[in-house]
Amino acid sequence: MQLKNENNSTNKEMLNGAQIVVRSLIAQRTDIVFGYPGGQVLDIYDELYKHSDKIKHVISAHEQGAAHAADGYARATGKVGVVLATSGPGATNLVTGIATAYLDSVPMVAITGNVATALLGKDSFQEVDILGITIPVTKQNYIVKDINELAHTLREAFAIAKNGRPGPVLIDIPRDVQTASCECTIVADEDMLAYSHTSKLASNNSKAASQASKADSQTSKTASQSNTTTESSTHINISSYVNQYTSEQLAAVVALLNISKRPYIYCGGGVLAACAEEDVMRFAQQIDACIGCSMMGLTAIPASHPRNLGMTGMHGREAAIRAKDRADLVIGIGVRFSDRATGNKAHYTAGTRFIHIDIDAAEIDKNISVDASLVGDIKQILGQLCALLPARELLDWRDEIAGFYVEEQQHLAAQRGQSSGCVSASTTTNTSANTAANDAANASANTTTNASTSSLTPQEVIAAVRKRASDSTLVATDVGQHQMWVAQSYGFQQSRRFLTSGGLGTMGFGLGAAIGGCMGLAAMAETAPQKTILFTGDGSFGMNLNEMATAVSQNLPIVVVIMNNGVLGMVRQWQNLFYEQRYSSTTLARATDFVALARAFGADGCCVNDALQLESALDAAFAATGPYVVDCCIDADDKVFPMIPPGGTVNDMLLG
Amino acid sequence: MAEEKIIIGAIVNNHFGVLMRITELFAKRCYNIDSLEVGITDDPALSRMTIVAMGDALVREQIVKQLSKLHDVRRAAVIPKEKANVREHMLIKLCNDENGNAELTALVNDCGAKVIDISSRSITVEVTGEVESNDAFIKSAKEFGILEICRAGAQALHRGSECLLDA
Repeated sequence: MQLKNENNSTNKEMLNGAQIVVRSLIAQRTDIVFGYPGGQVLDIYDELYKHSDKIKHVISAHEQGAAHAADGYARATGKVGVVLATSGPGATNLVTGIATAYLDSVPMVAITGNVATALLGKDSFQEVDILGITIPVTKQNYIVKDINELAHTLREAFAIAKNGRPGPVLIDIPRDVQTASCECTIVADEDMLAYSHTSKLASNNSKAASQASKADSQTSKTASQSNTTTESSTHINISSYVNQYTSEQLAAVVALLNISKRPYIYCGGGVLAACAEEDVMRFAQQIDACIGCSMMGLTAIPASHPRNLGMTGMHGREAAIRAKDRADLVIGIGVRFSDRATGNKAHYTAGTRFIHIDIDAAEIDKNISVDASLVGDIKQILGQLCALLPARELLDWRDEIAGFYVEEQQHLAAQRGQSSGCVSASTTTNTSANTAANDAANASANTTTNASTSSLTPQEVIAAVRKRASDSTLVATDVGQHQMWVAQSYGFQQSRRFLTSGGLGTMGFGLGAAIGGCMGLAAMAETAPQKTILFTGDGSFGMNLNEMATAVSQNLPIVVVIMNNGVLGMVRQWQNLFYEQRYSSTTLARATDFVALARAFGADGCCVNDALQLESALDAAFAATGPYVVDCCIDADDKVFPMIPPGGTVNDMLLG
Repeated sequence: MAEEKIIIGAIVNNHFGVLMRITELFAKRCYNIDSLEVGITDDPALSRMTIVAMGDALVREQIVKQLSKLHDVRRAAVIPKEKANVREHMLIKLCNDENGNAELTALVNDCGAKVIDISSRSITVEVTGEVESNDAFIKSAKEFGILEICRAGAQALHRGSECLLDA
């Protein structure tokens, strides 16, 4: 009897691998798993079936869609997204989704089955080395060949996925490990992290001790051996999660901030990951800086916030780019100064001082060299800086920024005047006879007849959607022109409401992400799924539209707004601007009827050709209880402006 | 910025796949590896690597930071050249014939190399030295005819009592 009590006190029980997986997910408070069953995950699916009251499993149309859904779930909720797939093709189909999450630092755990350990390495049916394949696109990955390692590995995976700079972690579990049993304890990762923190310090200490005396090293070895069954090789790189700066570095940052007359905050996705949105606004107030956002950081600051100049970068807002160019100090917070954000790096950095604040030490001096940096938790750092800095007012700088606003508005007004006269590619004036000949040749070779002409502008479509949506409405996009138009003009007011593939630029990301985000927010708020919007293009939508099946089966109120121009618009824009209008393979010449397709999936939809139809179509879409496709015909030659050509500077900015 | 030889010491978990993660990192980030040497430490859970790469100061910083992010890397740090004891172990199989033998023996003795195997047509020697002196040995040995060669890659420890974990 006493013995039994002792067992209870340690909470150890005999569990098989599949039970360990599902119970660990429950311990991690995972409420939804996205995935696709298959031969090597049958046992895990059987266990999910038995626990369907605690974890909802959502079957996608394709594993890639499931991975994007887990990603969208994580982006919208801030929780770790979970995706499950079988071995071989199931696992490889996840790769784009995992890479998408990796590039945007999204916390995700991907679990794959694999063939039994005895069959590994034999080119067995549906065997693939998914560990090897995903090393470059995961924060960490594992293949668990010993059942005794499984519970610990799952805990560590969750801890790694969400701590420090978040990212995806993959765990590959051979089938025999899913069926093998061991005695283990299932606890949430918070406890493990606390354990790991002390254990790393302990291991460092024991290392030092072992240098001093052999006797000590022996004791540390026996200690670690006693841990092996449950906590072997516990090692989280805790050092990357704690503030790593010295008081000298802090003083250097404070000094730069104090002498700056024209400070500019460049706010990125790391601000969302650190939940430091309020802190950035308070900091901006204190040092009287304006704020420009990377696309990933766009929702951190409400679009209506008086200090927010909007998105910066290749297709950033003119005022944001001009303010950055005029600034004497750029404070990058949770950004990585990507090529799309900086353009020409020599010009970007010339004559400006830089402060970089980020949790990832490797981001400092990676893309640009900075004058001062602080590595650690953004929220804590900004709190510390606010306490050290006097409040001030930089009236001249405010005046200058106001001037940039006025200039931008003038250009936008001029642009609107121009675009109403613009019709299509065929009417574009062409001074070069050579180019005209090429264009004509293209016209006959690749039918340009499907490149649409329309008077409906993307901005009108976005505005019409925006006025029907609330600030808390979740918006997903795919990748291309529509994505930039939405980033530029939607006007996001609430953080984590814009799901978009920034780093990897994954066409086909949006529908899966919308599904995952919609379901994640509903689960978190314990409400029915709320209206969710997907802006997509006819090219992007064509990539993963099979997930319409999932949206229908889950009866999700997703409004799919297709900006349909019959072309791959962003590539066409580059061909138009930089390749003398040789539209190589970007005119789709398809005859897809997206409305009929929506109906075939069991959803509904309608076509929109002008502003009048747009209003009634969106009324119907917002009234629908399930997914609804609004197929908006826009002009093939609508372009995304402003645009700084690749490698260009503010002086090369094309305004349209 | 000038490119120079960078010596990095790393304590890593002694798992399968760790070497793959590290070489993949170097490939992905476009860092050039001159040599990479790895072996188990007195603690069977840990291995120690010595990586020699080429790059400027920024690359040097990046390599260490990126390595430190890997969860299997417990410690990674540059061992500055002036603070490092660097040695490389090498086996060379040379042609053995009557004419060259005396000169070859002289070379072996001069360089502190050790003969570990002799056959009628070959002589295998073991050399341990700094990478540059091994290069010089190979240059001299070429005239006797090198049949094959096996270099271990540079190994480095800090001079004096300093250790990687203190660095």
